[in-house]
Amino acid sequence: MNRQELTNLRSLAIDKQQNYKHKICVCCGASCISSGAEAVLKKMQDEIKARGMDQEVEVIPTGCMGPCNQGPLVKHMPDNTIYQKITEENIAQIIQSQLIDKKPIEDILLFADSREKPFVNANEDPFFKKQLKIALKDCGELNPESIDDYLVHDGYHALGKVLFQQSPEEVIAEIKQSRLRGRGGAGYPTGLKWETVYKHVNDHKYVICNGDEGDPGAFMDRSVLEGNPHRVLEGMTIAGYAVGANKGYAYIRGEYPLAIKRFELAIKQARKLGVLGDHILGTDFNFDVEVRIGAGAFVCGEETALIASIEGKRGTPKPRPPFPAESGLWGKPTLINNVETLASIVPIINLGGEWYSDIGTPKSAGTKVFALAGKINYSGLIEVPMGTTLRQIVYEIGGGIQGDAPFKAAQTGGPSGGCIPAAHLDVRMDYEALVNLGSIMGSGGLIIMDDSSDMVDVARFFMEFCMDESCGKCVPCRVGTKMMHDLLQKICDNKANSNDLQRLEELAVYVKETSLCGLGGSAPNPLLSTLRHFREEYDQRISKPVVNSY
Amino acid sequence: MNTVAGKVHQELPKTDPRVKLIAAKLKKENYQPDALIEVLHTAQNAYGYLPLPVLSYIAKALHLPPSRVYSTVTFYHFFSLKSKGEHTCLVCTGTACYVKGAQAILNEIEKKYGLKPGQVTSDNKFGVQVARCIGACGLAPAVVIDEEVHGKLTAAEIHEKIHSKIAVL
Repeated sequence: MNRQELTNLRSLAIDKQQNYKHKICVCCGASCISSGAEAVLKKMQDEIKARGMDQEVEVIPTGCMGPCNQGPLVKHMPDNTIYQKITEENIAQIIQSQLIDKKPIEDILLFADSREKPFVNANEDPFFKKQLKIALKDCGELNPESIDDYLVHDGYHALGKVLFQQSPEEVIAEIKQSRLRGRGGAGYPTGLKWETVYKHVNDHKYVICNGDEGDPGAFMDRSVLEGNPHRVLEGMTIAGYAVGANKGYAYIRGEYPLAIKRFELAIKQARKLGVLGDHILGTDFNFDVEVRIGAGAFVCGEETALIASIEGKRGTPKPRPPFPAESGLWGKPTLINNVETLASIVPIINLGGEWYSDIGTPKSAGTKVFALAGKINYSGLIEVPMGTTLRQIVYEIGGGIQGDAPFKAAQTGGPSGGCIPAAHLDVRMDYEALVNLGSIMGSGGLIIMDDSSDMVDVARFFMEFCMDESCGKCVPCRVGTKMMHDLLQKICDNKANSNDLQRLEELAVYVKETSLCGLGGSAPNPLLSTLRHFREEYDQRISKPVVNSY
Repeated sequence: MNTVAGKVHQELPKTDPRVKLIAAKLKKENYQPDALIEVLHTAQNAYGYLPLPVLSYIAKALHLPPSRVYSTVTFYHFFSLKSKGEHTCLVCTGTACYVKGAQAILNEIEKKYGLKPGQVTSDNKFGVQVARCIGACGLAPAVVIDEEVHGKLTAAEIHEKIHSKIAVL
């Protein structure tokens, strides 16, 4: 397949789709499947066929549409009308009203049970209106199991562009110009990372897609991999071309079987089409990708631990330097990027680095995907420009706190992050602002808590997580997290005194400063941030100091 | 000591379809030691857990010391050395589920069945597990009963849910 043939194939696929008057998208993201979306999809397909409408109506499964707790969701295109909580009983009604009578069904419209006037065009609903979808664009509109559908959405256009029109240096310059930063949490500039790997001369280099989304309460990478696997695959291939690698690994959590299945299918389809494998699009560039399944270890999100895991070993981290860019997988220069980072590459190549860098804040360009969950009315998957305030996310997009309870805190960054109190609801969410508040951006888990949450217990919950997940290699993390957990438990049980609290604070600093990798280095964050913003909850549970308690 | 060693080195029946699955995977991976985790996934899918003789078989095939295989298995949460039970109830304890009452569900399960996370009934019919996060946070609190996800559950509903899915209890 050469570039012209790919263009022809795309035109064919577009023509084929234009024959349809309607498109019915059934959300088959993880949450909707759990609510029975597969039965809805099958019934819809059967019913359309039985009525002889399959020439004009296309019914497809899609990835996550966003409002996860309203599922199963069914979307009609081109009207962009979303129906919520659909069961098999609603199917006949949707076909009759929406497709034949052209009248929307008010009482099952998205958010019909909570908004006074739900929107017929979902894009006008505040939930979507305040969002800007770049990494998630097309997710929820295309069939993740069809490469033709991806082609219709300009799939593999960016790959053709870089292979035929840009040198690796130019691709790297474009990414640098975009000011894209690593979406896995640390926020390291992606272009710089690519350049470092590019500059290391070696016969073998590797690209790794980090899909080991271990933060509890985070499902962004899962949704991208399930909803638009080709986008990630194309991003990896472009990265391979830019840094000079011929082999890629996608490391995906074992807990995400659907993501693994769809990504493996995408690899097969791409190889068959000639956009992956040897002589991609007829050029001299070879690049192939394999899936590696994670086996449930939080520490494997750390890049050196992830590399050990791909090599079939225990996932224990190594001291850096050397950084993976110099000596990574099997000692070769290795580029590791998070799923969301790689999903942002294709739009940057297509629309330009300058376009991307104009979005967001001066230091954090672009958009960020958040998994919004907890005590919030509309939980789900959202993507907003960097610099959107927490208040906008919680009250405008998320529809406020459940039962109109007062907002108490938002937890970002999972076990490595912290809690943002109500006083900082107007914080503009970007990498620096969150660090200033004692939290981190993290990979994008955003858990909203109301006044029923006990912040000391929240700190204990995350410390228990870090204690269990510590790989045991270095002492500060292995022993420190255990000691901090026990002290937090003591406070929760109202058995602690102020000496215990003092010791806890000292330990937090030691563990933070002396641990080998990011797991230990950030394990005290939830504790420190709750101490900073909710100290009174600790003080209330602590008795007066006891002399000679040591 | 003798009995354990004897059990570990017990030959696996070559006609067992589960052994055939593992053998096929080993061949596909070209007996490369770095495929260890991939092979372990296949073995656990076939058996539901990782019996010691299977580990010994894999170690031999990949030319790895059994200690390397054992230490890798015990490092990762996904791998289990004992049966998880014929039917399982997995309670998600991710942050969103924690905020929305996963602990109350676990307490209720312990009260009704006397099982803590990781435990199995004596007849091996039913086991209870916890997961770090199954990524269905929009449906919190979520419980997976025999691979089927159930969301937005309360402690009061859990018994009925388990009962309706698992008839043997």
